[in-house]
Amino acid sequence: MTDILMPALSPTMEEGVLAKWHVKVGDTVSAGDVIAEIETDKATMEVEAVDEGEVLEILVEAGTEGVKVNTPIARLAGDDAAPAPKKAEPAKDEAKAEPKPEPKPEAGADKAATPKATPAPAKDGERIFASPLARRLAKDAGLDLKSLKGTGPHGRIVKADVESAGKGGTAKSASASATATVGEPRKVQSLAQMGIPDGSYDLIPLDGMRKAIARRLTDSFRDVPHFPLTIDCEIDGLLAARAQVNALLEPQGIKVSVNDFIMKAVAMALKAVPEANASYSPEGIAMHHHADVAMAVAIDGGLITPIIRKAETKSLAEIATESKDLAKRARDRKLKPEEFQGGTFSVSNLGMFGIKSFASILNEPQGAIMSVGAGEKRPVVRGDSLAVATVMTVTLTCDHRVVDGAIGARFLQAFKPMIENPVTMLA
Amino acid sequence: MADTFDLIVIGSGPGGYVAAIRASQLGQKVAIVERENLGGICLNWGCIPTKALLKSGEKYESLSHLKDYGLSADKVGFDFDAIIQRSRNVAKQLNSGVGFLMKKNKIEVIEGTAKLEKGKTAPKVVIDLKAGGSRTVEAKAVMLAVGARAKAIPQIGLEADGDRIWAYREAMAPKFMPKSIVVIGSGAIGIEFGSFYRALGADVTVVEAVDRIMPVEDIEVSKAAQKAFEKRGMKFRTGCKVTKVSKDKSGVKVAIEAGGKAETLEAEVCISAVGITANTDGIGLEALGVNMDRGHITIDGHCQTNVKGLYAIGDCAGAPWLAHKASHEGIHAAEHIAGFKTPNVHSPIAGCTYAQPQVASVGITEQQAKEEKREVKIGRFHFKVNGKAIASGDTEGFVKTIFDAKTGALIGAHMIGAEVTEMIQGYVTAITLEATEEDIHGIVYPHPTMSEAMHEAALDAYGRVIHI
Repeated sequence: MTDILMPALSPTMEEGVLAKWHVKVGDTVSAGDVIAEIETDKATMEVEAVDEGEVLEILVEAGTEGVKVNTPIARLAGDDAAPAPKKAEPAKDEAKAEPKPEPKPEAGADKAATPKATPAPAKDGERIFASPLARRLAKDAGLDLKSLKGTGPHGRIVKADVESAGKGGTAKSASASATATVGEPRKVQSLAQMGIPDGSYDLIPLDGMRKAIARRLTDSFRDVPHFPLTIDCEIDGLLAARAQVNALLEPQGIKVSVNDFIMKAVAMALKAVPEANASYSPEGIAMHHHADVAMAVAIDGGLITPIIRKAETKSLAEIATESKDLAKRARDRKLKPEEFQGGTFSVSNLGMFGIKSFASILNEPQGAIMSVGAGEKRPVVRGDSLAVATVMTVTLTCDHRVVDGAIGARFLQAFKPMIENPVTMLA
Repeated sequence: MADTFDLIVIGSGPGGYVAAIRASQLGQKVAIVERENLGGICLNWGCIPTKALLKSGEKYESLSHLKDYGLSADKVGFDFDAIIQRSRNVAKQLNSGVGFLMKKNKIEVIEGTAKLEKGKTAPKVVIDLKAGGSRTVEAKAVMLAVGARAKAIPQIGLEADGDRIWAYREAMAPKFMPKSIVVIGSGAIGIEFGSFYRALGADVTVVEAVDRIMPVEDIEVSKAAQKAFEKRGMKFRTGCKVTKVSKDKSGVKVAIEAGGKAETLEAEVCISAVGITANTDGIGLEALGVNMDRGHITIDGHCQTNVKGLYAIGDCAGAPWLAHKASHEGIHAAEHIAGFKTPNVHSPIAGCTYAQPQVASVGITEQQAKEEKREVKIGRFHFKVNGKAIASGDTEGFVKTIFDAKTGALIGAHMIGAEVTEMIQGYVTAITLEATEEDIHGIVYPHPTMSEAMHEAALDAYGRVIHI
């Protein structure tokens, strides 16, 4: 008999939703068969059987939320003649690679190799005074020390504070498990309390993605000091270039979109102004080696930001091919975690909806995000006379901790000529 | 003389006088009432004078090991009366020291016996003055620090009589050096007196009702202590119930019962060390309706009783019956009365026994951890492999640590050996500051010291011990 365990789809995954079973009790599965679908914040992944055998028992019902990694979800009857390995490895390659590297505190006799629990600086660099035990308890409970009030000497956070917070249900830290208490970073009144009677609406339960959006964006908007920079770009040159490029690429079946040009121009501008390709961390500012540009893709039930890695090294054709594939798989919810986690910059484009300009919320830990409006014919002033040009307004939302006004402005200054006259990207 | 104060403290032991000083530091007008000696039992008849006696015993015992250190001496002996006198002088010195502290802090000392009556903001204190007459004083708050006394069990004849049946007071200032002693009770007091008299050559038998000596300590420490004391010639009768204590001209007879078998122990004197009784009678607590629990005053996290303005600290307010616990509560209560918004008192209280060898502990024992079904990690380190201990010839004993396996918090430490009472505060500090194993592992212990065993015992709990 073999237990099939809840797989970890990414190194940080702690729990997920068991979205769907593809097998039922009595079915016989062989290695490689898709047996279930697991949903995390942003992706749905298929779980394949590693062993073969008859499904004896389904231990976790489809639709169950918050299933902890490594808990048994089903039981297979193994081949008695050749007993199956005791521990099933049901996940796909990428999940199998990293079952869960974090050792439990008591697991290893020797903790010398694990990082020291040094006084963790607060996000804004200020030291939080907390006892060592309070730090560990808060970490284990997923509580953010910043959200706690210390009752020890000089306001030091002590064990009792963490324990009472744990009971009181203070906001969990952003690094805590993906689906725990998210969507309610602060106490809000119920709809009924705010005058919207029960029964006057349908309630759609929060799925993993919605919770992740709520949590990440609330944290970002609240905690990151952000500001927008707006610039107009004339894109008649771009549109012409695009027509030429597409005519050239047509035999290969590749079609380059305006957005692909934007992705490329962003990557090149990031290369020119590397200060804008940075992330704030308490330890220092991370200057990214490559422009991993994420693009926001609206999908059923939310959005997701697949990433064009090392975009500064890729041709327009490559970017176009890749973005098309990523967008399609994003809509199908078939992206792998590493395809949407860890970009260094984001682009969000609402031009196709006729939006003129908007300012997106930063996607932490990225230092900036570009919001792209519609390209539309507008009057422009050339010399002293009016002319008509296709104008596209872009807005850069900057994390002021890393991207100061001048850095953001220099980035847009680098971006604008590239997008207005794409041939300059070749320089 | 003004008869209203901010605070009246009743009892000037280590809880009361310390609380009075703290209150005075905070600008309060304070009076302290004492019926006997400033400093209370602790420094007149308890902690301090026994340490003086035990030091004499320890020094004398060390003379029998002179050869081990390449030394020799002739005509080694002791003067029992001088030993007792030294102990009394030490007590006297500290007693006048407290008097000085009261003066320095402008605390009015009222000598007499206090009784409480109903008052407005707090009970009224009526004092039957030592010098004659009575005086009524009032204050915003009254703090009971009245302490405790040796428990007597008259039903079995266990009651100090100043002759053959002693409690701590008689044992501290005896009229003669007894040749044989039965000590009843193997807690800190019984063990310390037994240890002292044994060091001077008395035949000492300790009777304990529980199946092991020093029942509040960790079992491993109990066992090691019994072995160490037996090596020095002390005898133990554990799991024995005392059924009758009687005396005649030449001595005492202690009837004991173990497993249905009766037996009688004979000795010149018997020392009763079976616990304490809080001094809560005769103060008028019943009339005020003060809540009590088995003879002790019930208090909350700020040492307040259920009666408005009435606080209680130290022995009279419950276990552990230790001077440092009383002082700690006294300070906390004084600050609370002065309007400090401090969290509840809940600091770890270490227990120390100054026998040969010494025993010290803080936090929970392994047995308690088991009863509470806590997952723990346990470390041990013996002094026999500690460099400094070997150099000093103090290789007896060990250190044991208990960590919460889940959080890594140090939750118990148990030590037996030379000067462990001076070392335990290292662990007390760690627990108070809420250190985890990582922090203790990271502390640099000076070499060579016996305290290195404390480091090793913490390392051992996580499989990292170096010197084993």
